[in-house]
Amino acid sequence: MRAVHFCESCGKVQPPAPVDYFTFFALPRKLNLDVAALEKDFYELSRKLHPDLSAQAGSQEQEWSLQQSSLLNDAYRTLKDPIKRTQYLLKLEGVELEEQSKSATEQARSTGELKKQIVPPDLLEEVFELNLQLEELRTQKKMGEDDPALTEEIGRQKLELEQKLEELLRELKYRWEMWDGMIQRAYNGQPVSEEERKQERDKMVDLLNRRNYIRNLVRDVNEALEN
Amino acid sequence: MSSDRIVGIDLGTTNSLVAFMQGESPVVIPGDDGSNLVPSVVALDENNQPIIGNAARKHLTETPERAVYSIKRLMGRGVDDIQEELKFFPFRLAEDLQAGEVLRIKLGEKTFTPPEISALILRQLKRNAERFFGAPVSKAVITVPAYFNDAQRQATKDAGRIAGLEVLRLVNEPTAASLAYGLDKKQNGIVAVYDLGGGTFDISILKLHDGIFEVIATNGDTHLGGDDIDNLLITIALDDTLGDLGLDLRRNAEAVQAIRNAVIEAKIALSSQTSVKLDVELPGSQRYLREITREQFEQLIQPVIDRTIGPCKQALKDAGLKPEQIDEVVLVGGSTRIPKVRALVKELFHREPHTGLNPDEVVALGAAVQANILGGGSEATENMLLLDVTPLSLGIEVAGGVTDKIILRNSTIPASSTQFYTTQVDGQANVAIHVLQGERELAKDCRSLARFDLKGIPPMAAGMARIEVKFLIDANGILHVSAREQRSGKEAEIQVQPSYGLTDEQVEGMILDSFDSAEEDFRQRQVIEARNEAVTILAALDKGKKSPAWGHLTTDEKKKIAKMEKALIAVRAEDDYQAIRKAIDALNQGTTRLAELMMDSAVSTVLKGKTMDEADMGEGPTAPHPMAKAEFE
Repeated sequence: MRAVHFCESCGKVQPPAPVDYFTFFALPRKLNLDVAALEKDFYELSRKLHPDLSAQAGSQEQEWSLQQSSLLNDAYRTLKDPIKRTQYLLKLEGVELEEQSKSATEQARSTGELKKQIVPPDLLEEVFELNLQLEELRTQKKMGEDDPALTEEIGRQKLELEQKLEELLRELKYRWEMWDGMIQRAYNGQPVSEEERKQERDKMVDLLNRRNYIRNLVRDVNEALEN
Repeated sequence: MSSDRIVGIDLGTTNSLVAFMQGESPVVIPGDDGSNLVPSVVALDENNQPIIGNAARKHLTETPERAVYSIKRLMGRGVDDIQEELKFFPFRLAEDLQAGEVLRIKLGEKTFTPPEISALILRQLKRNAERFFGAPVSKAVITVPAYFNDAQRQATKDAGRIAGLEVLRLVNEPTAASLAYGLDKKQNGIVAVYDLGGGTFDISILKLHDGIFEVIATNGDTHLGGDDIDNLLITIALDDTLGDLGLDLRRNAEAVQAIRNAVIEAKIALSSQTSVKLDVELPGSQRYLREITREQFEQLIQPVIDRTIGPCKQALKDAGLKPEQIDEVVLVGGSTRIPKVRALVKELFHREPHTGLNPDEVVALGAAVQANILGGGSEATENMLLLDVTPLSLGIEVAGGVTDKIILRNSTIPASSTQFYTTQVDGQANVAIHVLQGERELAKDCRSLARFDLKGIPPMAAGMARIEVKFLIDANGILHVSAREQRSGKEAEIQVQPSYGLTDEQVEGMILDSFDSAEEDFRQRQVIEARNEAVTILAALDKGKKSPAWGHLTTDEKKKIAKMEKALIAVRAEDDYQAIRKAIDALNQGTTRLAELMMDSAVSTVLKGKTMDEADMGEGPTAPHPMAKAEFE
């Protein structure tokens, strides 16, 4: 199952195969993942692929080792993080995440517009209110004024947002179960409709977009409070 | 497998060292003056010959316009970056610097780029190692501050090449220190390395796991260190002399250097004393006298050392760790000898820092460990592997002057990111990419690394081309870029315009006496050095013959010595340095008892086993020192 990273008989690093990160680690495309086992695998592969081990080898082997170990590191970095892992899987499934997708970036690049930010509809009112308060806080700070009540209110909302983030992560993990179950069913030879696949994907995309939006909001709040 | 010895080099702001793995443990190779530390000072003598290290230090006060220190501060930087530096350091920039050109520093009438000056220091270390091994050295691991950016790393690598060294790896200083620490301790856990040196500060948090040294987060400031403390004290002294004596010494390089030497001494003394007296001779036979208490000193330096707090907190945050989760804090760098710094570290990490390592040597020792690993390893380093990170995010400028981050800081290296580009107009043949390094949102606030021009894109309708550009940060923390047009499968040509730094051709032209590493040159140098040593030991022997100790030797012993003396005189004129060394060693061995007898009986017990060459203290150390020759009756 695992891509061949090095020669079984001579141990030499082989050129990287064009594989996705799951295949690189010989993992199924599931979202629940044993991070401790992944780390162990990462260390083991590092001991074979890292450029330090081929520092005295020929330039071809050094080059392959550099390619392989960067692929290993990129794969590990992506898979160990729950959000990055989900985003990556969705990308493999052909989904372009609206906000952080490359096409949006490219479009922004060519049109000179800023990337789109989609406000989840149920948050509209709350966010509008918070943005007003943040604006007021910034103005006050510029004037050297201090309004403890406002700071406290914003701090309270920040806590709420952080709770929402945790809630979203829990929801996302629930979607993982659904997704993995579906993959397992397909693996067992049971039919999985494209419609079902799409529905599962869309739910995760929605959660990620909401999470991304709230995370940016928390960052804005932190900046306003700190400056 | 090559059996070449690979050395580990700590190219420091204040001092530089070279080390290697001797059996199971790393050791520092001393210079010919016996000192492990080679001060990172370069001077030109009256014949424009470079002098490096301790020997160059006296030139800082005697001919300051022909000497330079702390050159590391200028590595990989442009004129605009160093305005702050120029206020406090006596760097003399070349007058004819062009915009966009790599900095050049004046030494006497000649000018040198920072990598060339660093190369002179590296060459000295290389020679020290060659002298020690009796064989040429051409490969090295060199350490850099973890927070060094791409340009600063590239400049360091260039310096190695100019010095005739193949730089197998650039290793981050705190990580190197952790290797030396880990080799010793062999324990799993989370370690923080707090590295406050002469000019740079780094904090690195690592996970040690069965020989794997995985950096989780790193942060720092490449312009923060002991130098800044010295400058505070110098500024005060200059203010004092201007205010009280009406004497403006700011343009008097010699006086400033004399004050600098005195304040550095005072700073060091204040780590063990509670007060110190400054006493500096000023021009016009006046003296600058001042008492500094440790309390005053600590107050003064507080703002400087407080600047290490932010990076420490950020590194902890990036690592997702609380101070309590750190198992040990290791101190590195000379400035961590300051009690107030230790107190600050204790407060930050809620624990007593580990001070068991020599903060001046541990980075070089770690570099030697890494050199050993790269050379194929040994029993001691078996299973040891370093997984380091990139300290700064890599980004590309997108529309609106915004930075689009493509590789985030603290990503394990090698790391890569593939981006796709297309064309905007029909038949467009070139695409420009601006690569940045840093954490800020706007491109103008980040560090410009280089501008890449993708050229030779086959003519297509706008938006049809699909150019895949791969950005790869290698294990040295240095960026590589490659591009391919996907539809035609053609490799796109990349033209790089580094924002700072030397081109390959420039480096090629700077390589110090390109035959430097050649066998013949090496041999000649060895012959000269061996001959010099022969002269020294023969002179010492002449002296010994005149001493009363000579009379205590048996006729047989004297005969043997005379024979060995003759043998040395005979080979001395020849070109075989190994034969000369052999004869020197023989004579040294043969005169051990004479050397012992020459000593006062009390001293002789201490120096037992030393050879005459070492025991002959009449010549004094070769390093310059302010004491007059002692007189004996």
